[in-house]
Amino acid sequence: MGKIFLVTSREYITRVRKKTFIVMTILTPLLMMGLLVGTIWFSTQKGERKSILVIEDGNRLSKFFSDNEELDFEFSSQEGSGDEELALKSHYGLLKIPEFDLRDPKGFEFTSEQNPSLDLVKTMERQIEGGIKELRLKESGLTRGFLDSLEANVTLRTFNVSGGSEKESHAGVSFGIGYVAAFLIYLFVFIYSAQVMRGIIEEKTSRVVEVIISSVKPFELMLGKVLGVAGVGLTQLMIWIVLGLLFSTLGVGFLSPDMDAVQMNPQQQQMAEMADLPWISALLDFPVFTFLFSFLFFFLGGYLMYSALFAAIGSAVDAETDSQQFMLPITIPLIMAIVALAPVLNNPQGPLAFWLSIIPLTSPVIMVARIPFGVEWWELCLSMLLLIGGFLFTIWIGSRIYRIGILMHGSKVNYRILARWLFKSY
Amino acid sequence: MISIKNVSKSYGDTRALKDFSLEIPEGGIMGLLGPNGAGKSTLIRILTQIIEKDSGEIIYKGQTLDHSHIGRFGYLPEERGLYKKMKVGEELIYLARLKGLSSGEATEKAINWVKKLDLKDWWNHKVIDLSKGMQQKIQFIATVVHEPSVLILDEPFSGFDPLNAGVVRDLILELKKSGVTILLSTHRMESVEELCDRIVLINKSKKVLEGDKQQLKDSYKENKFRIRIKGNGIGVLEGIDHQLVEDSGLESEYLIKPRTEQLASSLLKSISEKVDLVAFKEELPSVDQIFKQVVNQSNHG
Repeated sequence: MGKIFLVTSREYITRVRKKTFIVMTILTPLLMMGLLVGTIWFSTQKGERKSILVIEDGNRLSKFFSDNEELDFEFSSQEGSGDEELALKSHYGLLKIPEFDLRDPKGFEFTSEQNPSLDLVKTMERQIEGGIKELRLKESGLTRGFLDSLEANVTLRTFNVSGGSEKESHAGVSFGIGYVAAFLIYLFVFIYSAQVMRGIIEEKTSRVVEVIISSVKPFELMLGKVLGVAGVGLTQLMIWIVLGLLFSTLGVGFLSPDMDAVQMNPQQQQMAEMADLPWISALLDFPVFTFLFSFLFFFLGGYLMYSALFAAIGSAVDAETDSQQFMLPITIPLIMAIVALAPVLNNPQGPLAFWLSIIPLTSPVIMVARIPFGVEWWELCLSMLLLIGGFLFTIWIGSRIYRIGILMHGSKVNYRILARWLFKSY
Repeated sequence: MISIKNVSKSYGDTRALKDFSLEIPEGGIMGLLGPNGAGKSTLIRILTQIIEKDSGEIIYKGQTLDHSHIGRFGYLPEERGLYKKMKVGEELIYLARLKGLSSGEATEKAINWVKKLDLKDWWNHKVIDLSKGMQQKIQFIATVVHEPSVLILDEPFSGFDPLNAGVVRDLILELKKSGVTILLSTHRMESVEELCDRIVLINKSKKVLEGDKQQLKDSYKENKFRIRIKGNGIGVLEGIDHQLVEDSGLESEYLIKPRTEQLASSLLKSISEKVDLVAFKEELPSVDQIFKQVVNQSNHG
């Protein structure tokens, strides 16, 4: 135990003292914030207005067209339009509206020199559809006022029943927190496991490993390294949580006046609807302690599981470039978890969400994403138990390969050799 | 001190040590010799408990060797390695603490050694900033800083210039004098001649020769004598097998081998009657010669 502690503290201290650690710890949240602020800033900036020349004889449909933030419409008849190429010099594009049947409208064309964006095409389609709707409305004898009077706007407030008490649930908040947390776990597991691997390769190539394992058992050295890097990860996490809270408090104050002007995508709209309800109550209802505890647990569990496998790879190869072929199969479950994240968040109680949050290889990412929506306690316990079993198993595998791998130099290793190391008592 | 009894070790289908037994007495320097791939490294790694033996047993001071003895061993591997980005002082303290020393002891002993080898000014420098020779010295300190009773040195002189090799040799002799048992594995026969008290020779995963260096030399001698005489000696060595080694005109040197086994004193007497003798010495085989002879025999037998 004492030796594991010595190894752990060396790993921890040498890493935390490095300039790159200090710089990255401070820079990463700044970069993230910068990215976020930058994205929001750019999305609030309006693009250059584009002028569209609408060519229609008789102005039947185009009279319903209206300019908006992005588009200016000019109108022309078939004869007045003249040379198409000339018209494209002074306009972004030409929208041609032929004679069409109101029952079966088709034959609309758009010509431009650049490829139009999907947004632009959609906007023009909406303009045309709007016009057709107006025309049909008129034909059926209904008025716009009557139609508007049919519209209704309702906001549904959702509640969870748990333990006899009813709680208001906030799908938007849960979605956001789940998404960010799952992504962080994915990143951390990846980054820190790779650090373990790199450290082991370094020890192996610098040959210091032979000196060390004449003093400690290979397993102690491996575990010490894994735990030391885990400590570095936790330290970094704590610093980021503190910095994150600080910046988000500052950031929200700075950004909120502009928020109204932001063009919202459906997800943001959902969030904004939630804003109708008091945000603070949403956050107060949020199971903070369960969540924080689970986040730390799944971060550590996931990291321990993957880092042991990465350690095995590091011990088996002579250089980092050789590690690629072994890394792919190990990282596939992690990548799968990230790919499955969106469907899981959309249906956090579905079978996909359930199974991926139970299976240890994907559970760290997926369970953390599910927790904000509320998870049955037995599911959480089962997932945690299986994760513990999972990392004990991978640490066993890792140490079997590690104890032999670190002493092997110059021999090309393949899966069959790894399997032999695993099962034979070398 | 250490009894190795019937130790065997295989890697997959390759046999590295077969039924190997050896007694390493306390104190003194034992030379571990053998061609490449004979099994020396495997033996060393089993003694340092880096790998496990398949069968057999090792007794250290009356107890079965286990991890509790690790602090009593010091090991200098052939492939040297240190954490290059650690500071010299921190690294030495870390390695000493891994051997079981307390923080205070480790610091004190590391400082003493660094002073002894004139590396005190480098205490706070990173290992990577040191010259190769200095790094080797640090590595040597790391091997002995915890004051082991058994020292296993694998090619200790490689990487040192002649001056520093001399420093290391003196340190080894000093450690021997203080009672440390030393196992020295090397291909440099002159080091074996100079330093070793006993020799063990491994070939093809088996022990082929073991014993006191001087006794081995005696038992492998071929009843040859080296003589130096005035003049060229032509015609005077009739009746004795002789071979001219050097003829400088004034003096000449011969290797002679009497046809019958006889005492050196009577041989000396009979020769000195015939020639003007300058020097007379019994010709003993070098360790190198014994090595080659035994390895060749075991390869062809």
